[in-house]
Amino acid sequence: MTQLTIIAVYLVLLLGLGVFANRRFRGTSNDYLLASHSIGPFLMLMSLFGTTMTAFALVGSTGKSWLVGIGVYGMMASSSGIVHSLCFFLIGTKLWSLGRRHGYTTQIEFFRDRLESNNFGLLLFPILIGLIVPYLLIGVLGAGLTINAVTQGAFPETFANSGGGTPVWLGSLVICSVVLIYVFAGGMRGTAWANAFQTCVFMVLGVVTFFIIANRIGGSDSFFENLRSATAAVQKAHPEKLTRENVGHLLFFSFLLIPLSAGMFPHLFQHWLTAKSANSFKLPIVLHPLLILVVWVPCVMLGVWATSAMLPNGELVVGNLQPNQDGQVLGTMVGRLSGPVLSGLLTAGILAAVMSSLDSQFLCVGTMFTNDIVLHYATRDRISDKQTVTLARSFIVGVVAVTYAISLLEPPGIFDLGIWCFSGFTSLVPLVVAALYWKRLTKAGAYASVIAMAASWIYCFTQAGYPPNPRYSVFAMLPVATMFVISTVTLVSVSLLTKPPSEETLTKFFPEKA
Amino acid sequence: MKTLVWILVVLLIILHQDFWFWTDDTLVLGFCPIGLAYHIFLSIAACLTWWLATKFAWPESLAVSEHDMTDTIAVSSEAGDAGS
Repeated sequence: MTQLTIIAVYLVLLLGLGVFANRRFRGTSNDYLLASHSIGPFLMLMSLFGTTMTAFALVGSTGKSWLVGIGVYGMMASSSGIVHSLCFFLIGTKLWSLGRRHGYTTQIEFFRDRLESNNFGLLLFPILIGLIVPYLLIGVLGAGLTINAVTQGAFPETFANSGGGTPVWLGSLVICSVVLIYVFAGGMRGTAWANAFQTCVFMVLGVVTFFIIANRIGGSDSFFENLRSATAAVQKAHPEKLTRENVGHLLFFSFLLIPLSAGMFPHLFQHWLTAKSANSFKLPIVLHPLLILVVWVPCVMLGVWATSAMLPNGELVVGNLQPNQDGQVLGTMVGRLSGPVLSGLLTAGILAAVMSSLDSQFLCVGTMFTNDIVLHYATRDRISDKQTVTLARSFIVGVVAVTYAISLLEPPGIFDLGIWCFSGFTSLVPLVVAALYWKRLTKAGAYASVIAMAASWIYCFTQAGYPPNPRYSVFAMLPVATMFVISTVTLVSVSLLTKPPSEETLTKFFPEKA
Repeated sequence: MKTLVWILVVLLIILHQDFWFWTDDTLVLGFCPIGLAYHIFLSIAACLTWWLATKFAWPESLAVSEHDMTDTIAVSSEAGDAGS
C-alpha cells in the first residue's frame, strides 16, 4: 500500500501541474500546439531529454546490462549523447528556423512545401503513425505492468486474478487518464512543464536508488568500498560482463544508427518548434550527453552487479530470473534490497519516464491528424482557431482511447517492437537531411526513398518473424543498417535522375545561396 | 575553428568504436571497468565538443532568421496598432 500511496500522490501532483498550465493557456491553436514559441533553454533541455528517454533508460538499461554487460552503455547511451545532440544541432535548429519563418507545425507541412507535393503527406502520414503506435503501446502497457508488479499482494481478495496487485488494465487506464488530462488541459505548455518535472524526478530517483543499493550490496560504511566489493563479486563470478567479449564489433557499430531516429521523431519536431529562439537549443545540445550519463551509468552498474550480488543467505539478489525476464531486474533488486518507500519512489520514477514520452507522442499524433489530414484536406478556411483547438483535443482523446483499447489485447512481443520503430525513423533521416541541405533532392527521390524504406522494413520484419526475434541481424548488424543504406542510395540516385525542384522553392528553402 | 569543431565531432564517432578496450577487464578506481570508464569519458568529451560547436560553429543563418522574425513581429504589431 505504501507504494500505491506514493504513486497516487505523484499522479495528483502531475494533474495539478496540468491545471496550472491551463491557467496560462491563451486560447489559440498556436499556444495549444506550440506553447506560443515561448520555451526557453532550461525547459527545452528537460523536455527534449524527458521525451527521448523512455522507461527503457531505467528498467531496460539495467535488464540489458544484466544480460549483456557494460557494452550496453556504449551501444545505447554514449552513442545517443553524440548523435542526439548532432540531430538537435543540424536538424532541429534548421527546422525550427524554417518552421518559424513559414508557419509549420508538423513535419508533413514542411515536406509538402519543400518537395512541391501536396499529397506527400498521404504517403508519410500512415508510415509515421504506424511507427509511433507500437511506441505508444510500449508505454501504456509498460506502465500497467509496472504498477501491477509493485502492488502484488496488496489486494489479495479484490484483485485475486492479477496476483493481488492492481490489474494491468486498471494501471494503464489510470496512466492514460492522467496523461490525457494534463495534455488536454495544458497542451504543449503543460506537456513541457510536466516533462521537466518528470525528468527531474526520474534522474534524482535513479541516482538515489544507485546509492542505496550499492550500500546494501557492499554492506560496509564506506561508499567507495561498497562499489569495489560489488564489482569484485562480478569479477569473480561473471568477468565477461565487465568487458564486451560477447558483443560483436559490427553489431556495436550498427547501434550507432539507432539514436539517429531522433532526427525524424514527429514529437521532437513539435518540441523543437516551441523554442523561443535558436539560442534555446544551445543548452540541450551541450548538456544532453551529460544527462544521459547521469541516468545510464548507475543503471548499467546495477545491472552488471545483479549478475553476481548475493543476499546474506547466499541466494542471488535477483533470484532465479530467466533471460526473458530482464525487465524485472531493477524492480527485484529494489524490492529485495530496500523498503517499500524506495520501491514506491522508484516506481514513480519509472512512470515519470513513461509519461514524459507518452504526453508528447499523444499531443503530436493529435496535431498530425488535425493539421495534416482534416485541416489540409477538408475545412481549413471554414474553421476558426478555437475550433482547431477543440479538434486537436478531440483527436488526442481518440488516439489515447485507441491506444488503450489495443493495449487491452496485450499484443505479444510488443516490447521487442521498440527497436523496429527506431529503425524505421532512422531510415527516414536521409530524407530530412537531404530536404534541409541538398538542393538537388526531388519529389520523386523523396517518394522513392520512403517507399524503399518501407519495403526494406517490411522485408526485414517478415524475416525476423513475429514476435520479432531480438537476435535477428543482417550482415552481423542490426537490420537498421541495411534499411538506412537502401533508403539513402534510392534517394540520391532517383533525385539525380529526375527534374530538380523549381527556382522558387530553392529560393524559399536556400535563400542565401539561391 | 569551425572546421576543427566538425573534425572533433567526426573524431568522437570514430573513438566511439573502441575495439582496443573490447576485452580489457582492468578496473578504474577499483570498481569501474575500463570499457565503461572510457565511454563515460567519451560522454564528457561529447559535452565539451558540443559546447565548442555552439560557441564557434553556430550557424550564422539562425541569427539572420531570428532577426527576420523580430522584424516580422515588429511590422505586424505596427500594422495592428495602425489598424486599431
